[in-house]
Amino acid sequence: MSTQQSVSAEVVRARTFRYTWWLAALAVIVVISTVRLYTGTDRITAPGTLRAAIIGACPILLAGLGGLWAERAGIVNIGLEGQMLLGTWGAAFFAYHYGPLAGVLGAALMGLIGGLLHAIATVSFGVDHIISGVAINIVGLGAVGFLAKTTFDDLDGGGPRNLSGYSTPPEFTVPLIADGARSLADKHWFVISDVAGAVAGVTTRLSVLTVLAFVLVAVTAWVLWRTSFGLRLRSCGENPQAAETLGINVYRYKYVAVLISGAFAGLGGAYLAMVASSSFTVGQTGGRGYIGLATMIFGNWRPSGVLTGALMFGYTDGVSLLSNSGAIVHALLLLVAILLAVFAVLKVRGGERVTGFVIAGISVGAFVWYFLSETVDASFTGMTPYVVTLFVLAVFSQRLRMPAADGKPYRRGGAG
Amino acid sequence: MTTIDVEARGIGKRFPGVVANHDVSLHIRPERVHALIGENGAGKSTLMKILYGVQPADDGQIVIDGSPVSFTSPTDAIAAGIGMVFQHFMLADNLTVAENIVLGAEKLHGIGDGAKKEIRAISERFGFGLDPDTLVERLGVADRQRVEILKVLYRGARLIILDEPTAVLVPQEVDALFANLRELVGQGRSVLFISHKLDEVRQIADDITVMRRGTTVGTADPKTATKRELAELMVGAELPSPATSESTVTDRPVLRLDGVTVADESGRDLLHDISLTVHAGEVVGIAGVEGNGQSELVEVVMGMLRANAGTIRLGDDDITRLSTRAVRDLGVGFVPEDRHRHGLVLDYPLWENRVLGHQTSAPAVRRGLVSRKGARADAQRIIDQFDVRTPGVDTSARALSGGNQQKFIVGREMSGNPRLLIASHPTRGVDVGAQAAIWDHIRAARREGLGVLLVSADLDELIGLSDRLEVILRSRLTARFDPSSVTASDLGEAMTGGEAA
Amino acid sequence: MKGLTPRRVLDTVVGSLLPPLVAVVAAMVATSVLIAAFGGSPGSFLEVIFSVPNDRVLLSIINQSAMLSISGIAAAIGFRMGLFNIGVEGQYIVGSCAGAFFAGSGLVPGPLNILATLVVAAAAGAAYASIAGLLRVFRGVSEVISAIMLNYIALTMAGYLVTKYGQASGYTFTTERLPLDAQPLGFKIFPDAPGDVWALSSLAIILGIGYWFLISRTRFGFELRVTGESETAARASGVNTKKMTLLVMALSGAVAGLVWMPAYFGSVHTFGTPENFQAGLGFIGLAVALLGRNRTLGIFFAAALFAFLSGQSNNLQSAGIAKDVIDITQGITVLAVVVAYEVVGRRRAKTEAERVARQLDAEREGAAA
Repeated sequence: MSTQQSVSAEVVRARTFRYTWWLAALAVIVVISTVRLYTGTDRITAPGTLRAAIIGACPILLAGLGGLWAERAGIVNIGLEGQMLLGTWGAAFFAYHYGPLAGVLGAALMGLIGGLLHAIATVSFGVDHIISGVAINIVGLGAVGFLAKTTFDDLDGGGPRNLSGYSTPPEFTVPLIADGARSLADKHWFVISDVAGAVAGVTTRLSVLTVLAFVLVAVTAWVLWRTSFGLRLRSCGENPQAAETLGINVYRYKYVAVLISGAFAGLGGAYLAMVASSSFTVGQTGGRGYIGLATMIFGNWRPSGVLTGALMFGYTDGVSLLSNSGAIVHALLLLVAILLAVFAVLKVRGGERVTGFVIAGISVGAFVWYFLSETVDASFTGMTPYVVTLFVLAVFSQRLRMPAADGKPYRRGGAG
Repeated sequence: MTTIDVEARGIGKRFPGVVANHDVSLHIRPERVHALIGENGAGKSTLMKILYGVQPADDGQIVIDGSPVSFTSPTDAIAAGIGMVFQHFMLADNLTVAENIVLGAEKLHGIGDGAKKEIRAISERFGFGLDPDTLVERLGVADRQRVEILKVLYRGARLIILDEPTAVLVPQEVDALFANLRELVGQGRSVLFISHKLDEVRQIADDITVMRRGTTVGTADPKTATKRELAELMVGAELPSPATSESTVTDRPVLRLDGVTVADESGRDLLHDISLTVHAGEVVGIAGVEGNGQSELVEVVMGMLRANAGTIRLGDDDITRLSTRAVRDLGVGFVPEDRHRHGLVLDYPLWENRVLGHQTSAPAVRRGLVSRKGARADAQRIIDQFDVRTPGVDTSARALSGGNQQKFIVGREMSGNPRLLIASHPTRGVDVGAQAAIWDHIRAARREGLGVLLVSADLDELIGLSDRLEVILRSRLTARFDPSSVTASDLGEAMTGGEAA
Repeated sequence: MKGLTPRRVLDTVVGSLLPPLVAVVAAMVATSVLIAAFGGSPGSFLEVIFSVPNDRVLLSIINQSAMLSISGIAAAIGFRMGLFNIGVEGQYIVGSCAGAFFAGSGLVPGPLNILATLVVAAAAGAAYASIAGLLRVFRGVSEVISAIMLNYIALTMAGYLVTKYGQASGYTFTTERLPLDAQPLGFKIFPDAPGDVWALSSLAIILGIGYWFLISRTRFGFELRVTGESETAARASGVNTKKMTLLVMALSGAVAGLVWMPAYFGSVHTFGTPENFQAGLGFIGLAVALLGRNRTLGIFFAAALFAFLSGQSNNLQSAGIAKDVIDITQGITVLAVVVAYEVVGRRRAKTEAERVARQLDAEREGAAA
């Protein structure tokens, strides 16, 4: 009887949680809209900005999902950056010679090869996951430089460190909705225009790869949490010895997970070389693999969390690439200050006084900075994603729950 | 068919340098509880891993219902109808009961409602009272064990192997487990019950096989065999007794806790208002089901946890707010509960392990520099005095057997004549030889005025060695017993708050 | 038994020297295969790499390996405690930037400026590393992730500071030039090379010896190593692991802050990214520490090897091979060496267990007889 009650209590809690979540999201939108109207910076939710944000988000999202796959099976994949780099070259090379579809597949394949290297080192040989990842990043950077020089130098539109002139996956604009949303967004109404801006940003010149990235979030969630394959894979990240005693071939699942992880990172590379830009350059990833990893941690090792984090980091990343982004970032400063103030109050009320006061202090700092300056230097715009990541980790890390056996070495036959 | 007849014939298994099993034979009859007994290190675990397909045997064969089989992985064993409940539970905390159970057997009833229905059905049939949607991390020890058994039953196991299932249970829970096992046998299953507790074995088993030094040395009938006969078979001698002789308790307090309370970050009490005194020459035993606060009690005295309220005194010194280092420097020896994680650096040679915990005192360290010469000489002294079987001080700790590792730790912690020894499970998982030696050393030090705070899950050890017993339950000291008059069942009742009875 | 028995010599050779050798060979083979796969000539690759280095390359090997050694030591201090200080890269950017601003200002006159600058650079590196340390100890943030973020922030901040407070020289911005009287003498060892062996390259040797002494002789070093092997055992033995984490992170950062100082005082005399700075030494330092197994001599050898490979790779262009290929060699070397150490470590544990069991068996039988 009592178990029955606790179950329903849990369901209720889950429902309340979902309800508060929506409410919080709505509140954030209202604050954003208020800040927009107060500062007069309509660009912060303009369709163009939000489209840039989506484009900024997708590579990070793909890397983050890649990280999720590996870590759910207990392997930390810090080699995402290198695998992503390999993906950029794969996309350019195969797209140039065989068309955009081959480009996407080639990128996934190159990422997968990077993942294979990581799997061999960490799963078969029990090497420290971070060490292997760092080595793969070194190899990845070198390999891309070498491959670019070897394979692109003599091509039309190519150079020793770059390539352009290949075709990219098709883009499409959703008819009616895109235009309707855009005209609504141009009215600059409270809240409505902000939401419309988001809709327009998503539906205008939408790349097939963007759609794929979002579909992969759902696919990841479904496979990992609704199939027996996913259950087995996750069990390898929670307690591989237990999985072994139930006859599960832990090595195989870890291998599969890391290969998929690499392929996802490779797709992220493809996105950079084919959607975010239409040309390839050596070192195009600029640390997005690492940001993807941070996104996954921020997202508490869950697909929905990774998506939220990727959109947030993608926004700052996308904005930093826009022209005259100083004004936008300046307005965002106010937004951050307000959100932090709210958060600080919540923390203090929740009993975490010290944390609350520290956050309140940072909030005050942001307010002061906002009111004492006209714009934010371009250098700072560029480093926004890194500062935000650091801050978010500092605030949330203790609430996070990673898979219990994540990053720990596992050897067969150790059970019992 | 639900019955099964399993026979092991001439099983042999070698590990690097060790013969873990040789010529092991036993016959588990259908619908019987078969007990496999032997002391720690006798080779029981190896045998059962072979029976369950975790490791392959080098020699011999396993025969099921008359036909030989060979297992390359647990999958094969499961398919043949063998299931196993490990001593260290094989459960993923962050998954639900249902997920833990269906893992690897998803084909049977899927992973959704069908599976949950089946789990509920089995749970009801045997009176387990488990809900499939609960996260395993919320379950207590006894419930976890039921999940493990359910896991095995879900796969339709006909032989259930239980590795030292009673080690983590209090007497009343043991009774409940035995009732479950009887029920299983009544429904056609066989049980292989691995233990070294002779009373329990005589209570539950239909057949007994004894292992010693890696081989089966004989069988016994539980109805007629005496405890003494079984012990003879098991260790070739009488089992060592922890019993202490005349009292050496003085009225000089070494350790005094006064109203000590420790709370975790969320404000929940890990220890609540603990008051306790250990006198010179006295052994105070702490009895309790694991997880009721005994680890925290040890840690707060050692300065590894901070008390939110109350005072802790060592002799005349207030140590409430001192660091672990300072507490150790004031003359406290510490035998931690998990020697591999807390007591040793496994990959370091013994002489470097001698330095561990004594980084501030000669002979291991002088003026901030590690003295190799001093540490080596003193490690050798411990090896000689405490009879640690090792080729030398350069051998890494990992290469030693559990008993020898533990003797080394006890020797190290008694270096420099401490006033107080805190011993957590000092003989857990060691062979009887080492157990007897460690008990002797504790008794000897007690005679010379050492105060000992002893935490153990082994009730015989607690009752035998202690001058006074305190029961810890849900973070409080709830009862006090005189070990010379207390019974295991009184103690068990106090340890569970009388609920399990 | 404690002397140099043949078995111990053999153990040392197999355990410490064989893995890196195997790793380097494996990496060379893998790189050659890759080159061949893309239509290049592995022969000319090997020929260029194993040609006799000219004076210019020799000079760069010495100077570069000094900086790599310092970077490797910085990483090794963390590694020995189980901390992965991937932030060496950012810490030495911060140290270099702070040091160059300070030295250029000429606040301290004459040669004393050198000493003062080293202190400033080390302090800046330590302070920057402490951010990651504090986040780990008080907020439970993995030092790896936070340090990666801090690396990017360091690079951007350094660029911003130099643009804002430095001076323009052509199209780029740099810090004020180092006063002449604070430019230490170099050693003209290679007549045909442009430049000297930097005086401060000797810093690597001083730090190397200091590192060795600290780790293997002092109580602090012992506690640091124990914490790295088993944090739980360290805590039980009385080590305050939180304090240790903070200290070690700061110490690692302090050494990291010094990484670029030899080049600054030796030849560059100013700081500005990317022209007047050498980035990437921090990442290679991690590789150097891993290859050198965190031992002083090992780090020196590994640094020399990496400097040698990089130096020789400059001549690869003329053979029609991208010099990036040497990154592949270096990365695979690291990967291969950790695999090799892992394999050797497992084997060693196994043989030791066998040996102990055999010896004890023999003793038992001896006693019985």
